[in-house]
Amino acid sequence: MTRVYVPRDSAARSIGADEVAVAILTEAALRGVDVELVRNGSRGMLWAEPLVEVVTDAGRIGYAGITSDKVAELFDAGFLTGGEHASSLGVVDDIAWLKDQQRVTFARMGITDPVNLDDYQAHGGLRGLRRALELGSEATVEEVLASGLRGRGGAGFPAGIKWRTVMQAQADQKYIACNADEGDSGTFADRMLMEGDPFTLIEGMTIAGVTTGATIGYVYSRSEYPDANNTMREALAVAYEHGLLGADVLGSGKAFDLRLRVGAGAYICGEETAMLDSLEGLRGMVRAKPPIPALEGLFGKPTLVNNVMTLGTVPAILADGAAAYQAFGTERSRGTQVFQIAGNVDRGGIVETGFGVTLAELVETYGGGTWSGLPVRAVQVGGPLGAYFPADKLDVSLDYESMIAAGGMVGHGGIVIFDETVDMSLQARFAMEFCSKESCGKCTPCRIGSIRGVETIDKIREGVDRANNLVLLNDLCELMTDGSLCAMGGLTPMPVQSALRHFPEDFQR
Amino acid sequence: MTSRHATWSVEAGQQVLDSLPSDERLILPALQAIQHEFGYVPREAVAIVASFVNVSVADTHGVLTFYHELRTTPPAPVTVSLCMAEACQAVGVRSVAEDVAKAIAPLGQRSSDGSVDVVEVFCLGNCALGPTALVNERLIGKVSAESLVRAVASAREGVNA
Repeated sequence: MTRVYVPRDSAARSIGADEVAVAILTEAALRGVDVELVRNGSRGMLWAEPLVEVVTDAGRIGYAGITSDKVAELFDAGFLTGGEHASSLGVVDDIAWLKDQQRVTFARMGITDPVNLDDYQAHGGLRGLRRALELGSEATVEEVLASGLRGRGGAGFPAGIKWRTVMQAQADQKYIACNADEGDSGTFADRMLMEGDPFTLIEGMTIAGVTTGATIGYVYSRSEYPDANNTMREALAVAYEHGLLGADVLGSGKAFDLRLRVGAGAYICGEETAMLDSLEGLRGMVRAKPPIPALEGLFGKPTLVNNVMTLGTVPAILADGAAAYQAFGTERSRGTQVFQIAGNVDRGGIVETGFGVTLAELVETYGGGTWSGLPVRAVQVGGPLGAYFPADKLDVSLDYESMIAAGGMVGHGGIVIFDETVDMSLQARFAMEFCSKESCGKCTPCRIGSIRGVETIDKIREGVDRANNLVLLNDLCELMTDGSLCAMGGLTPMPVQSALRHFPEDFQR
Repeated sequence: MTSRHATWSVEAGQQVLDSLPSDERLILPALQAIQHEFGYVPREAVAIVASFVNVSVADTHGVLTFYHELRTTPPAPVTVSLCMAEACQAVGVRSVAEDVAKAIAPLGQRSSDGSVDVVEVFCLGNCALGPTALVNERLIGKVSAESLVRAVASAREGVNA
């Protein structure tokens, strides 16, 4: 019996992985050969999807970009024993694109069957939770602190400090709220982890729960991710069945319940306090801080709010120790970041590596430049609220401090590449338009400022009193930055002003 | 036309709400459950949800109108949700949207035969294989107007089957 892997990741399915899986089973039956088909997560080499892998004595051999009409050819080429074919990538673990990465959070990604708990444990799963249960709360929090892990959602707040605050808070009920409202364009790491290795998130949240004394956790996901939500539901059921969740987590006597909630199409619900309101079933309105959610969060109770990537990294930190994680990264940006290379890119996908990799390495070395073949003109880093970098300024180091110094931010690690056909005044306009559509409406700079921003950019684009309107636009940007309640209005000026700074010619056409 | 949703009645609506687990007896989950079952939130349902959750009709209306995805009118049998965010813009979704406007319907509108709603969404998490769309719940990468027309046809077969 030969084992064949075809990803169940929705990106792979979006270009035909399901059809390939069916074709392989059909062809195998026709030829009377025994094939065990496993639907794995994606390796993150989205440029190679649908990626078919076959287990051979030499290792797992990959075949890239397979469509259902190529399947018969693959059988003819003897792919079940690793036979040569034009699409062959050789042993997948040896592919430089993958091998040169430093995978921690995504260590199991694409290797295992996402909803098979035995497979998960065979690849190191649950070691972190078992160690946390042995260590106890104080020592576990110390471990998270010592790892240097910072919030991967974008804000970069030290995770251990948040954990300690929630642990020390006194209340009859505490919550863990996982922010899986991954609305930033160019980001898909949360989705891929939920689809490709959901037990890692479940384990991370369970560690957070037993450590801080929170007995209820919520994953707040997006309605735009139907496949991820289905996989999470499946994984949650398996976790309950095996006693990983429930009244007695792995026989520890500690309780942790975990539930999935799905949003309804509102970008602002990725802001932590708006997310809490949405979890309470209300409009996703941003709350003023203080009080901080760690003390007064969901239903007014102490709540640990962390992103999927933050919580998904915790099991590895506990399993292998803070020192191992500390070893990656630069000065104050420790560990790895799961970068997502997207947009107009030849080789898009997931690159997990230590902080300090340069933008140029991601765009050129990993990304291979644009998909269109035209020169790169602009790269937006960190989602719709992130800065645009011009092609001659890609040598910036991707870590929290360097990015801030360069007028940008790491955000959730999304890298969106544009070729030379991009009109940067139109992108600046979109940033304001997006803010006007997605603002919760609570504060004026964001709600009204974004609409005025669109109008002013329209005037500039049309050549109406251009010099004065450029001054006005910068003034408006400063006001939004300083006067908005949260990052939505506060950071919308970042793409706008970076476009103005680096691409002034696009506002003078 | 067969629908992928149940037909609204007060009794059926009440039944949907009664089957909600205790921690989902909140405004948003209740409205989502109604929409999941009937395809939209009928006007009549607002007061029923309000009384079920024990909040005002105004608060319920407030939640209903806040979230882009909640709707107060029945959807077409097929919904095409086209991602209009940056990563898809970088691979030409603006021109795909123009083609879709001709081939199916403009963003935010329904096709002339009433069979397809085309809506704008921001990010479907398929940013390395864009432009991307959801056709009902099926994610499709590297879309063009032509591939969407084909996907709509196969989704309609699914709905009518």
